[in-house]
Amino acid sequence: MSKVLLKGNEALAEAALAAGCRFYSGYPITPQTEILEYLSWRMEEVGGVFIQAESELSGINMVLGAAAAGARALTSSSGPGFSLKQEGISYLVAADLPAVIVDVMRIGTGLGDISQGQGDYWQLTRGGGHGDYRTIVLAPASVQENADFMSEAFELAEKYRHPVLIASDAAIGQMIEAVEIAEFQEHNIDKFGWTVKGCKKGDEHRKIQNVYYTHPDYEAFLRGKYKEIEEKEQRYEMIQVEDAEVVLVAYGISSRVCMETVEMAREKGLKVGLIRPITLWPFPTKAFQKALHARLFLSVEINILGQMADDIRLAVKGKVPVVHYGSIFEIPEPEDMIKKIEEWLNKEEV
Amino acid sequence: MKKEIICAGFGGQGVLTAGMILIHAGMGQDQNVLFYPSYGSEMRGGTANCTVKVSDKMIASPVSKHPDILLALNTPAVEKFEPCLKSGGVLLVNSSIVPKEQKFREDIHVIKIPATDIAAEVQNLKAANLVMLGALAARTDLFEVDYLEKAILEFFEKKGKGIYNEKNASCYRQGVRAAKGQ
Repeated sequence: MSKVLLKGNEALAEAALAAGCRFYSGYPITPQTEILEYLSWRMEEVGGVFIQAESELSGINMVLGAAAAGARALTSSSGPGFSLKQEGISYLVAADLPAVIVDVMRIGTGLGDISQGQGDYWQLTRGGGHGDYRTIVLAPASVQENADFMSEAFELAEKYRHPVLIASDAAIGQMIEAVEIAEFQEHNIDKFGWTVKGCKKGDEHRKIQNVYYTHPDYEAFLRGKYKEIEEKEQRYEMIQVEDAEVVLVAYGISSRVCMETVEMAREKGLKVGLIRPITLWPFPTKAFQKALHARLFLSVEINILGQMADDIRLAVKGKVPVVHYGSIFEIPEPEDMIKKIEEWLNKEEV
Repeated sequence: MKKEIICAGFGGQGVLTAGMILIHAGMGQDQNVLFYPSYGSEMRGGTANCTVKVSDKMIASPVSKHPDILLALNTPAVEKFEPCLKSGGVLLVNSSIVPKEQKFREDIHVIKIPATDIAAEVQNLKAANLVMLGALAARTDLFEVDYLEKAILEFFEKKGKGIYNEKNASCYRQGVRAAKGQ
């Protein structure tokens, strides 16, 4: 297929359909509303079901129902709306159900505001609802990745029978770039044996419920599932890390700025590299094992508390200092970052 | 070559459309393009703006702190974005709306185009943006004048609005002429 110009949110929506998603239910909130807007007319064209729910809670719980029936089901939100989805995500995990939930991150706590942010990292990677769980989180850094990660998200969700989250943000959701949407694939709703699809007279009814009630060795099952994901599904990109003294760590929109920063820094003779986590959970600890020669890790995030910096510290086990570089009102600028890097490099001790 | 452009004006003056046309034209030449609109409450009745980047290299940030070119269709647009324009950059001003007394920086190229008046003469009131794009093509090295005209007509053709293209082309060409005369 040839390239078309699409907004990040629209590319994600179209790619979801291309990946065989035929059920969406959600509720509008800026900056993710274009996902609903787009699917409100486009879903019908491909023969799927689009529902603007009366609330986020209703949206996520309808997704749970569709997932139980074997459909590739999607919902999306942002800010306070994404908080409302958490109970449903916890229930999806408990019932071993695959689904994809998109968080188009905006800034701030409470109502916050509608500009881009990366303040949901902890909520996304720690299991934002109640209970003892985590979910795979994919972090796209371009309109193209917004599209490419949809099919991957559904594949992963079904492979592990577990919800997968997409950590997009307002910048990637709102901007327009040239994008290539993958070929359409059909998803067979009856593909899996475990789904609810009616049964013959006399057969036992198939139930979707908390696996805790039915699994013979629930603890071992849980441990095994999370361990397998952590071992097999770490995704990341490394740019000029081999000889880097300062390694930037960034995902999403911040990582794009960091790519430019690396280029500019190298032109100035500064040894700077970048690790870009593509999965936020499982966190790509493997990448950091190859980067322990660095003098400093700089976690570049659009938040104030340095949320991802926690995971970097765990990954490098105190062997290399980790510093947070963040703000909430602006996307970081390469020039400013380079000034900071020079300051740090000129210090004897970090 | 990497160019950063900000298009700004009142909602309804077609500043977002101007930006969309530029990325459409950039993509047509296999360049990397990025369009980032202002969104949310800013768009309801007030000013609108978008950032456009066209580059043969990868484009990083969607925001532009120091644009090369500013397309300013009203006075608030000049006031908001002129200060951040790169030294030596090009400021295209809609002089039908921005008053004569407006003072500009000395270190930039200021090109004044009566875009709204020209669009009114051609009886294509909504196309002040295309007049400005004509001036942009004439006075910057972003796109060849003929190429951008082709891209504009194609853009509206694809949108199913090709019936206005004769007037659109007329607005664009008058913009080119007005800018070349300066």
